[in-house]
Amino acid sequence: MNAQLKWKFVLILIVLLLCILGVIGLPTSFVQLRNNIADRIHLGLDLKGGSHLVLQVQLQEAIGQHCDETVDELTKQLHAKNIGFGEIRRVDDTHILVRNIESTSTGSFRDLVNSQFTDWTIAPAAGENNGYELSMKPSVIADIRQNTMNQTLETITRRINALGLTEPTIAFTGRSDDEILVQLPGVGDPTAAKEVIRAGGQLQLVRVVDGPFGSEAEALAKYGGVLPPGTVILPGRSESAGPAQTTGPVYYVLDKVPIVTGQDLRNADAGPSPDSPGGYEVDFKLSTAAAGRFGTFTEQQAAIGGRMAVVLDRQVYEAATIKSRIEDSGRITGGFSEQSAQDLALVLRAGALPASIKYLEERTVGPSLGADSIREGVRASIGSMIVVMIFLIIYYRLSGVNAVVALVLNLVILVAFMAYVGAVLTLPGIAGVILTIGMGVDSNVLVFERIREELRNGKAAAQAVDTGFDRAFLTIIDTHVTTVVSAIFLFLFGTGPVRGFAVTLVIGLIANVFTSIYVSRAIFDYHLSRMDRQAQLSI
Amino acid sequence: MEFFRGVNVDWMGKVKYFVGLSLFLLALGWISIYRTVVVKHRTLYGIDFRGGTLVYVRFAGPPPIDKLRKGLEQAGLQNSTLQGISDSSSVGSKNDVVIGLEQSASDESLDAGKQKILEVLQATFGGGSASRPDFNSVSTPDLAAELTRKDPLLLGTSAGDRYNQLAQHLTAARDSDHGGIVTNFDQLRDVGGVTPSVINTLANDYSLSNFAVRDAEIVGPRVGSQLRHQAVWATLYALGGMLVYIAFRFEWVYGAAAVIAVFHDVLITLGFFSLFHYEISLTVIAALLTLVGYSMNDTIVIFDRVRENLRLMKRESFTEVVNRSINQTLSRTILTSGLTFLTVLVLYIMGGEVLRAFSFAMVVGVVVGTYSSFGIAAPIVVVWNKYHGGRQQGMTVRAGSAAEKRVVAAARR
Repeated sequence: MNAQLKWKFVLILIVLLLCILGVIGLPTSFVQLRNNIADRIHLGLDLKGGSHLVLQVQLQEAIGQHCDETVDELTKQLHAKNIGFGEIRRVDDTHILVRNIESTSTGSFRDLVNSQFTDWTIAPAAGENNGYELSMKPSVIADIRQNTMNQTLETITRRINALGLTEPTIAFTGRSDDEILVQLPGVGDPTAAKEVIRAGGQLQLVRVVDGPFGSEAEALAKYGGVLPPGTVILPGRSESAGPAQTTGPVYYVLDKVPIVTGQDLRNADAGPSPDSPGGYEVDFKLSTAAAGRFGTFTEQQAAIGGRMAVVLDRQVYEAATIKSRIEDSGRITGGFSEQSAQDLALVLRAGALPASIKYLEERTVGPSLGADSIREGVRASIGSMIVVMIFLIIYYRLSGVNAVVALVLNLVILVAFMAYVGAVLTLPGIAGVILTIGMGVDSNVLVFERIREELRNGKAAAQAVDTGFDRAFLTIIDTHVTTVVSAIFLFLFGTGPVRGFAVTLVIGLIANVFTSIYVSRAIFDYHLSRMDRQAQLSI
Repeated sequence: MEFFRGVNVDWMGKVKYFVGLSLFLLALGWISIYRTVVVKHRTLYGIDFRGGTLVYVRFAGPPPIDKLRKGLEQAGLQNSTLQGISDSSSVGSKNDVVIGLEQSASDESLDAGKQKILEVLQATFGGGSASRPDFNSVSTPDLAAELTRKDPLLLGTSAGDRYNQLAQHLTAARDSDHGGIVTNFDQLRDVGGVTPSVINTLANDYSLSNFAVRDAEIVGPRVGSQLRHQAVWATLYALGGMLVYIAFRFEWVYGAAAVIAVFHDVLITLGFFSLFHYEISLTVIAALLTLVGYSMNDTIVIFDRVRENLRLMKRESFTEVVNRSINQTLSRTILTSGLTFLTVLVLYIMGGEVLRAFSFAMVVGVVVGTYSSFGIAAPIVVVWNKYHGGRQQGMTVRAGSAAEKRVVAAARR
């Protein structure tokens, strides 16, 4: 064996060892070996079972909310600056119309908007006298969308981590900019997790202005159809279970601006309710800054017999008279079970969602189905591989062994590479593996058929091998590069399953070029270097 | 051993038969598609692409289809479909039923249909209650928690990981050995680490229903159309990429011919899908992509030989060169296709229900993909050459170009 060939084998051996190391690690026992393999080969949900959820974040809500806040803030500023106006109206989620501004104040109005409301562009409204339309800047809309998505992802991640599920995946789907993918391996019934993910979790402690009323109309009627500025009507909790609240729906008039929100929470915990035996409640603690504010507020209100409401996701859970100064703790009651109280505490600790979400897709693969597809898929693949290999050996004799070595090495490299980069093996991925094997067989067949042709044309063994590899190399490169090019496009423009296919395919094909050309050639060369110059090649 | 030696077939002389065969196969499949879509107003798409709900249920015995249908109708799910699965290859899967439900836009929540189906199943066939949940649907962590709480092995605080492992063994036995459904707790006696007291605890704490939900898929309508668009566009881009690469390596007419051949394959395979009543799902898309890759591979092997022969055979006509090239690569074509066909056939027969549609696409695709290389792609190049100046303007210019020599040199090294 010459030096060059020796180095080739050293390189092949290193690759092989690295690959085996990548798949099995350095186990010291059989159990560890099995665990290592299970750890390193990441199976997709379709193979190991679990829940797959795709949810859509209602981004429009977050944009609309920014618009509402601006209307409130602008109204306040206009009053403060004594700029007279007819009406401020939200046209849609991104437009605000201000009508009939005093003609003497239009200049200061424009200055105000340009200096303090930089998220908006201002333009005279069509068909209006001294009316202006404010439009949200596209860059601001994009920012809100981006931030809302990031915040939602973080919040959902915190919530799912708090649920203690193993190896969840929470990521953007990439197919649309308002979708999030949640994968929960091993979860056969996602109902409970879905509730926790979806819960709004917006807690507010608000001053009660008036109520309760039997209907919204009743509440409005009391104020002559127009609510006092800065107030809002919110419903009582619809599913209130207490016997005292069997009187049907109730509505409260509340301050729009809360004293304390969920962001001011330091902690939240579920515990048995002292008032109702068997019931549960959620106790929360406020941060120091909020506690000061809350203390002052409750002291003032206690003096005048004011009331305060606990509002969760725009529903009034509780409205009670403040009896004394409250510092830093509070509680939410309302007929919780142990589970629902714990879930709520979890949601409050993890923080509120910036916008509500909607489920678009839900797939659950039961563990038994996953186990079935692995077993059957693996059994079928191994079965067909063995048949193919036996055939190759019968048809090409010793050279067939060469092809078998190349194919096995190809698979080992593919699996190891996927383990190294942490790629996930899914059913479509198995399709990629099958195409890889097919093209692997093809590469070997191409080379062998070419060598046979050269032998038929009267060339000596060494020369036939040389020419055979050279000619087949071109073809192999062309077929492989074409397929890799298509796989790259599939990866760039496809999602989920299509990508899984593309990833295994690219890895497999690169391994294939290495094994069917480099490795196979090295084995041939070794064989040629040891055999008689005139001897027949076993092909 | 050698099968094909010195074959000399005039492939290009049989083009009219190829065209006839292709048209026949295309018509066969697409008439079936026309009948399904236009006449019967049904869709070819599976749940992935049309949206809807599918619940896979396995029963302990032969599935009581009539009882189930009645239960579903009583619950107001008249538009549900029931389909029994017959599959002899895995444990107990003869007793599987798929309940399908179209997605209605009025459903306020995505999984309303699924919940209703589950309610019907529980009402009709009994199931777990809050106090004694169903063992056949309990998850491993929940089972581990319950075992730790009851402590049937009296391990106390030294239990450590034991109950987690026990729960894993139990659910694995349920899912792998009993096909997901245990009918009697005694079946679990032989599971590693199980003692009679464990069996007692299980029997006390859990009930056993005679069905298990194995899989549930719910796809909203928006996701359905989105997935559809994306799969189609990704494939088209991929084809475009291949066309450009082949045009760069050969000539653009070769790229176009290869892509047309691949289109031909996909269209015929889709037709066969409709003919054999398979639905197009995401896994099938993967199969179609595989077939695209396979067919392309096959075509390039022939084109590569044509390119080489054009340089060697200076006097022969283009048609002769193509014929010779196909004949020279025939042995390889038959071998590779034969072996690949064998592989996917094994997958089709043994691969189980999940892979059935996928492997069907592959079985059809391998045959059609191989055929299209010499039956469609090569004739297109020949016909083009005939009408556009013969072989002088053919490949000779670019064959043996500098780029190719570099590649050969690299191979030698």
